[in-house]
Amino acid sequence: MLLKHTPTEVHERKALTVNPAKTCQPIGAMYAALGIHGCLPHSHGSQGCYAYHRSTLTRHYKEPVMAATSAFTEGASVFGGQANLLQAINNMFTVYDPEVIAVHTTCLSETIGDDIPQIARKALNDGKIPEGKYVIHASTPSYVGSHVTGYSNMVKGMVDYFSETSEHKSKVINLIPGFVEPADMEEIKRIADEMGIKHILFPDTSKVLNGPMTGKFKMYPEGGVTVADLKRTGASMGTVAMGRIATMAAARALDAKCKVGCEIIDLPIGLHATDLFVDTLRQMAGVNVPDSINFERGQLLDVISDMHQYFYGKRVGLVGDPDQLLALTKFLVSIDMVPAYAVTGTPAGKKWVKAMEEATADVPREVKIKSGGDMFLFHQWIKNQPVDLVIGNSYVKYIAKDEDIPYVRHGFPILDRVGHGYFPTVGYKGGLRLLEKILDALMDRQDRDASDIDFELVM
Amino acid sequence: MSNIPILKERESQIYQKGRSGDFKMTCGKHSLAGSVSQRACVFCGSRVVLYPIADALHLIHGPIGCAAYTWDIRGALSSGPALHRMSFSTDLRENDVIFGGEKKLYKALSELIDTYSPKAAFVYSTCIVGIIGDDVAAVCRKVAREKNIPVLPVHSEGFKGTKKDGYQAACNALFELVGQGNTEDIGPYSINILGEFNIGGEAWIIKDYYERMGVKVVSVMTGDGRVDEVRRSHGASLNVVQCSGAMTFLAEMMKEKYGIPYIRVSYFGLEDMSKALYDVAGHFGDNPDIMARTREMVRDEINGIYPELQKIKKKVQGKKAAIYVGGAFKAFSLIKALRYLGMDVVLAGSQTGNDADYDMLREMCDDGAVILDDANPLELSKYIIEKKADLFIGGVKERPIAYKMGIGFCDHNHERKTPLAGYTGMLNFAREVYASVASPVWRFAPARTLGRTEAVS
Repeated sequence: MLLKHTPTEVHERKALTVNPAKTCQPIGAMYAALGIHGCLPHSHGSQGCYAYHRSTLTRHYKEPVMAATSAFTEGASVFGGQANLLQAINNMFTVYDPEVIAVHTTCLSETIGDDIPQIARKALNDGKIPEGKYVIHASTPSYVGSHVTGYSNMVKGMVDYFSETSEHKSKVINLIPGFVEPADMEEIKRIADEMGIKHILFPDTSKVLNGPMTGKFKMYPEGGVTVADLKRTGASMGTVAMGRIATMAAARALDAKCKVGCEIIDLPIGLHATDLFVDTLRQMAGVNVPDSINFERGQLLDVISDMHQYFYGKRVGLVGDPDQLLALTKFLVSIDMVPAYAVTGTPAGKKWVKAMEEATADVPREVKIKSGGDMFLFHQWIKNQPVDLVIGNSYVKYIAKDEDIPYVRHGFPILDRVGHGYFPTVGYKGGLRLLEKILDALMDRQDRDASDIDFELVM
Repeated sequence: MSNIPILKERESQIYQKGRSGDFKMTCGKHSLAGSVSQRACVFCGSRVVLYPIADALHLIHGPIGCAAYTWDIRGALSSGPALHRMSFSTDLRENDVIFGGEKKLYKALSELIDTYSPKAAFVYSTCIVGIIGDDVAAVCRKVAREKNIPVLPVHSEGFKGTKKDGYQAACNALFELVGQGNTEDIGPYSINILGEFNIGGEAWIIKDYYERMGVKVVSVMTGDGRVDEVRRSHGASLNVVQCSGAMTFLAEMMKEKYGIPYIRVSYFGLEDMSKALYDVAGHFGDNPDIMARTREMVRDEINGIYPELQKIKKKVQGKKAAIYVGGAFKAFSLIKALRYLGMDVVLAGSQTGNDADYDMLREMCDDGAVILDDANPLELSKYIIEKKADLFIGGVKERPIAYKMGIGFCDHNHERKTPLAGYTGMLNFAREVYASVASPVWRFAPARTLGRTEAVS
């Protein structure tokens, strides 16, 4: 009983979060910034913030994570962090030679009111930013939103700083992924490639945080969207943004700034969401869906039908980020599972709750949905009425163990397994992988619990 | 040679034995803005020291991040209560930042104490609390009066110094507890173990050694820690302090107020482990039985692991190691332990060493070894290549760097899974070093065929 301190009785808590199902904005901004080629994320705050972000990302990806800090002192906190940031910009360009420095703020620098654009202009005027190099920023106060908000803000920052308007729109489509794994970003690009569509995906952490072992330590790995491509996003014919909460801000900003129209759709997790993604691409680019994509779709459909009796009526508890939860919930409903509980720590807003309610409107059983909740509440719900499967990040393992429930890891962070960096859960192939994981968890449990008499070879 | 530039301001924090002229290394200074330092903050220092007290409430007053990133990440084991494995936060939002977080803190604290009846509560201040000016101490006093338990503010605002200042803030909070408990049944042959956090169960091993010697362990601070033990720790005759930075502050305060002397020890490696036991036995020189039992125990323990250690030594002899750890004191022990295995230390660095620590490191290291204070990944990788290290010993952020370069790694920090302290720990350490250094997987490492000089960019 690891979480023996979780009582069954639920009562409302207003002043207290227990066992969080979210973390703060800056880590999301750091993750997004790592998806720009040659970018050094910079945390404008105390030294601890970026140390924690780097450690968490390192534990999740098992990759080196490079970032710098303004290393605030008491003096900086009283007189403002301008001197620290100016010195930091100078030091970073001198020693680490990045293409881009992506500054994000913290609760500390936000509250003392540092004006990052003004400081960056001063650095430029003082000649501290070399020709052809950039300093961009996003405001990411830790006391607003969550890590997803921080991701969203930094992606919008990329548009604000780089996208250039063009009269002549190209045949290129911008793809903005939500806060997903490098493997997912790779898969989104692969599908677009397969359809013969020219694209710019940003941010792009593939080949950054799932890189090969080369015998070299690379400060700036091969991957990431280039600055040149980011500039060209303003000349694209359209944008497909995946996951409203993580990507809408950037997509809308690009529309407002450069008149690039956008479609905001769910993360392409599961059959229907991937259908929608493929169809949105097809219409926007005016192409046909190739047989190869239809073939992958057919494979996913095949496994869904082969195994449907194992899905029917199974109650699932979900914890995670709002865009993922929405797409996952729709997927589960479509294969006749019951998403009994869905909790996100992110304050995801009324629209999200409404979308979740709509997604589960036809589920014949009670469905509990919580935005701005925590794992403590999630655990209490399960204690009151158990589920057959839980899906969530590594912290869900306590609940899975305590309550003895089959468990699939999905989300951020995953600190105790590998695979998420390399195998996608988006697209038809990603759907297959999700089903494989769900079925493995359920059927392993069935085998474990079967009596010798009931134990079957063929399932 | 790799051509990675070193910041001019950093030159005085890097020393190469036998190459550099004679200069005093700079240390204890705040990290340079813009450096990719491997260090953390004040809050981190306080949190790691107090975290293992398992029957206390740990409430983090601030936005959610500080609580989220420190939720059960340190494998400090508890034999009983596990309240410390929960993550409690006031999760401050924009309105709280504008209007102050005191009311929220009061409510959260009261509610938690009612629910869990903890023995004491620690309230950690984070950066923002220092800026918006919440009077955390006043809220703590109020709740302490109302609930009749110690409620201790930990002044750990991230920006108010380095990780070391966080250790001090934690020690200040602990010191509030010391002196409150009953010490009647504590005899003269008694100690407190300070600076041992029971990662992988290490405190249990050490405690067992002392008790077998006939010495009573009053409290372990803070591994598998309990509030009541801390409260009566002033009844012990001696404080035995491990880890240079973390808990010397408390030992100093206890010496001043209660006249309890302290000794500094390390439990890593045969030499330092044995010294830690003999020093305590020596302190209780009026009881020769203790020394006799210690001798016998040390002999038995070493005999038990000696044959396997010798086997491993044959396999790792001559390999080169790089060490980058938090406290310098650990580096001393590691150098000795690696030497015992016949390995050469080519790089030794720490995040928080002081003048005396670096003097000691300079004395201990061989010619050509590099000594670093508050290093960054580029410097670490540069010297790993130049010095042809086969093994890196460090923490979470160093591990993937070592692996990318195709060399072995041993975690000597939060993420060690087996105990590395004590005699058993030395054997575990040797096994781990051997398993990683001699692993056949490094045959696939391109660096071995490429030549090391190109291995950084």
